[in-house]
Amino acid sequence: MIIAAATNESLAQMSNTLIYSSMAVYTLAFLAHIAEWVFGSRSKVGRTAAALTAPAAAAASVTVQVKGQAGSTAVLDRPKVVTRAAAGRREVPDGPGAAGGTVKGDLYGRIAVSLTVLAFLVEAAGVVTRALSVQRAPWGNMYEFSTTFSTVAVGAYLGFLLAKKNVRWIGLPLVTTVLLDLGVATTWLYTESDQLVPALHSYWLWIHVSTAIFCGAVFYLGAVATLLYLFRDSYEDKLATGGEPGAFARSVLERLPAAASLDKFAYRINAAIFPLWTFTIIAGAIWAGDAWGRYWGWDAKEVWSFITWVAYAAYLHARATAGWKGRKAAYIALIAFGCFLFNYYGVNIFVNSKHSYAGV
Amino acid sequence: MSKADSMNKAASEAASESPTGAEGAHELGEAGAQLSTAPREENAIGGPTLGVVGWIRWFWRQLTSMRVALILLFLLSLGAIPGSLIPQNSVDELKAQAFKDAHETLTPIYEKLQLFDVYGSVWFSAIYILLFVSLIGCIVPRSWQFVGQLRGRPPGAPGRLTRLPAYTTWRSETEPEQIREAALALLKKRGFRAHVAGDAVAAEKGYLREAGNLLFHIALIVMLVAFATGQLFKSEGGKLIVEGDAFSNTLTQYDDFKSGSLFSTDELVPFSFDLDKFTGTYERSGPQRGTPRTFEAAVTYGRPGEAQKKAVIRVNEPLNVDGSKVYLIAHGYAPVVTVKDGKGKVVFKGAVPLLPIDNNITSTGAIKVMDGYRDPKTGKKTQLGFKAFFVPTFAGAGQGNMFSQFPALDFPVMAVTGYTGDLRVDGGLPQNVYQLDTSKMKQFTVGENGQVAQRLIPGETMTLPGGAGSITFEKEIKEWASFQVSQQPGNGLALAGAIAAIAGLAGSLFIQRRRIWVRAVRGADGVTVVEMAGLGRSESTRLPEELGELALTLHAEAPTAPDTPEEPEADEAAVPAEGHEK
Ligand code: HEM
Repeated sequence: MIIAAATNESLAQMSNTLIYSSMAVYTLAFLAHIAEWVFGSRSKVGRTAAALTAPAAAAASVTVQVKGQAGSTAVLDRPKVVTRAAAGRREVPDGPGAAGGTVKGDLYGRIAVSLTVLAFLVEAAGVVTRALSVQRAPWGNMYEFSTTFSTVAVGAYLGFLLAKKNVRWIGLPLVTTVLLDLGVATTWLYTESDQLVPALHSYWLWIHVSTAIFCGAVFYLGAVATLLYLFRDSYEDKLATGGEPGAFARSVLERLPAAASLDKFAYRINAAIFPLWTFTIIAGAIWAGDAWGRYWGWDAKEVWSFITWVAYAAYLHARATAGWKGRKAAYIALIAFGCFLFNYYGVNIFVNSKHSYAGV
Repeated sequence: MSKADSMNKAASEAASESPTGAEGAHELGEAGAQLSTAPREENAIGGPTLGVVGWIRWFWRQLTSMRVALILLFLLSLGAIPGSLIPQNSVDELKAQAFKDAHETLTPIYEKLQLFDVYGSVWFSAIYILLFVSLIGCIVPRSWQFVGQLRGRPPGAPGRLTRLPAYTTWRSETEPEQIREAALALLKKRGFRAHVAGDAVAAEKGYLREAGNLLFHIALIVMLVAFATGQLFKSEGGKLIVEGDAFSNTLTQYDDFKSGSLFSTDELVPFSFDLDKFTGTYERSGPQRGTPRTFEAAVTYGRPGEAQKKAVIRVNEPLNVDGSKVYLIAHGYAPVVTVKDGKGKVVFKGAVPLLPIDNNITSTGAIKVMDGYRDPKTGKKTQLGFKAFFVPTFAGAGQGNMFSQFPALDFPVMAVTGYTGDLRVDGGLPQNVYQLDTSKMKQFTVGENGQVAQRLIPGETMTLPGGAGSITFEKEIKEWASFQVSQQPGNGLALAGAIAAIAGLAGSLFIQRRRIWVRAVRGADGVTVVEMAGLGRSESTRLPEELGELALTLHAEAPTAPDTPEEPEADEAAVPAEGHEK
């Protein structure tokens, strides 16, 4: 019987220690990222401004890619592809990244990434020991959701890095919010390691909750990119119209990827996760059908999942509608993520929902 | 802006994310048209000039436009918000009532706005009905258009391929016909739909994107139809059963029953089941002491004329009998009591289900002896009633509270108060079986000090004064479980719609629709000029990569002529940065 599988106190204790240790390492990673940005600010490249204001900008609108690195131009034995960007897009190169091309900045950036990897491993171990201590999926209450949530977000970020995507710029905002998330989890949301109430005894817990956490974590990366897009876009706009951005904007925003790159990154993430989010809701509905005898009952959690879904659908539509793409679509994407967050914190804490048994 | 510039702009717009970018691509000729079936955005805001028909047409075009679909999607999510913050009648009627009692001024306003029934309200229905009309009005023409595209062929190459977002060229000594044939074979092998049109090969791939998008939107309609069917034909009944008792699925057996407006009672699946045993276990220690760990109802069930089967119903595992699902909803205790009259004759014996009032299953209820009891003094027929207050785990005498300390039967105690008189059950008024109407009854005093209640442990008997009889709290305490039996057609359809929606979405979001053209013509010097260009629905890094790869393969069959002249004019493709112009 379930009672027999009592919680293993020492494993639970170990899990807590691991989570606290990961917070310490994340703090170091945070400081290293700060150092990266600070040292990086010493570079004075100003590539964006050059691309946007110099009359030679026109030439930059043609990028020439030599397929297969043919090398010299003497014998052109391979056809090369000429690409052109769409109109309405500024032809702006991506910023150099937080390190700004400086050696010192880059060194601290690498240290930050290494520390993030370490913190991630420690945190993941904390989540796994928590699961082992209770012999179930570690997703029974908000403390457990929050720790898994940040582990997955960092894991996704490291995965992008491993795939050689240009994502190091997320490092600082991500580590900052991971620290916040863990701080909230350990101080306000902490729940002793324990067994589940019968309503949560279902293999749907594994399916529905794991995909929900994954969607949230990756949507979060998309939201960070969207937010930075908005800043970077107005910065580029200002430069293009001959405005004079402030020193801080010049230093920080200059080093981010081009607005178009950030926008594309955010779109890809949101578009890729949207079907999974759809699946999450459907899996939840099937579970509700088994647990409560109806698959949809307009419970607060269900309503907000639906609102989040509709908001993301609106975002995808906005990107296909003249007059809505660009900044307006980005605002919708942020609203959509805001709905996701409210569904997590707001509904669990403030609204009386059937899902409240999940425990604060 | 010069004419050349504006043409360039148009060409590159074709490559923008927007399907409406294809409008700009008109100047590319056919080539950029119809890369998507999205409805065209009408930029003119003004109304029509033609009478009623004109207005209707205008209204319809607006309704089925992307812009209005977007606004309706927004309104739908906004409209769903109040329902999650204000208690809903359909979700929890008690909570809704409590809210209404607490807010005297707000309630009438809320009621007018149907805020206690948001999801069934006129305005919420109006939004989603409009959205679905818009969806149908959008999807039907888009489907036709797509069928047309499937039956047609990819459009021929535009005049100047250099204007396309990905372009490559080289000179070769291979014959133009040969190159075109090789290109046609290559593109077909890669799954493109391709044909030769004039001096170029035109090819297109990724139709599944459009198909997926249409499938997704159609699946939304299917799901809505499934929901509606479910609502109209569903039935849902509740029944409380004590261990050892049976239930058969007919209307009269239910404690409460709700059904959709098109449901008819002969649709109830004939079956019956016995509750053999209910098991509940609870956390014994730690901060979550008392939290339930398992709830299981062992039942024996069967259809008439068929062999009986055993099953266990758990919280997440309903019993499914031919589409009728039996859910375990709640449980509680049903102490067995025996009531005797003054002469020692048993007038009542049975398990009395009591309703829990807290998480530790402190329970209350009523025991009613309706027939067979006579007043010991007058010998006239009368009735007996008892109020029961039961705790499965008693805190101990002198602990000052009669509330249960734990949900399991560790130290069961029942406090009983007796009454005699008229139970008022024969008046025809529906009466709560768990409550006693004592307005026509007289209370017994059972102690020397005029107490009315007595605490009993299992096996104990309370004697009523004046030879009025006795009540015994038997050693056996049964459990009861309550079940919800629901039948909802359309679930299968909803699930099929949901799966189709996900599949369609995946196709629509992960597949890129693109066109490739390969032109091969003999130049003035007798050497063949090969040009390849690609156009996608959205700007993508994959398109140039794919084009490069195709070019490489084709290049193997049509190698570069030895005397490579200077590179193709990259400048020709140059456009002033548009951001610069803005
Ligand atoms: C019930 C409401 C609707 C929902 C939930 C919904 C959802 C979606 C989603 C999630 C997408 C993204 C898939 C993609 O980008 O390919 C999409 C695309 C699309 N929807 Fe809808 N839709 C709805 C109603 C409509 C209506 C009424 C129209 C017609 C005006 C429409 C036209 C389109 C078109 C043309 C696309 C393709 C956009 C593109 O090419 O990127 N949808 N829809």
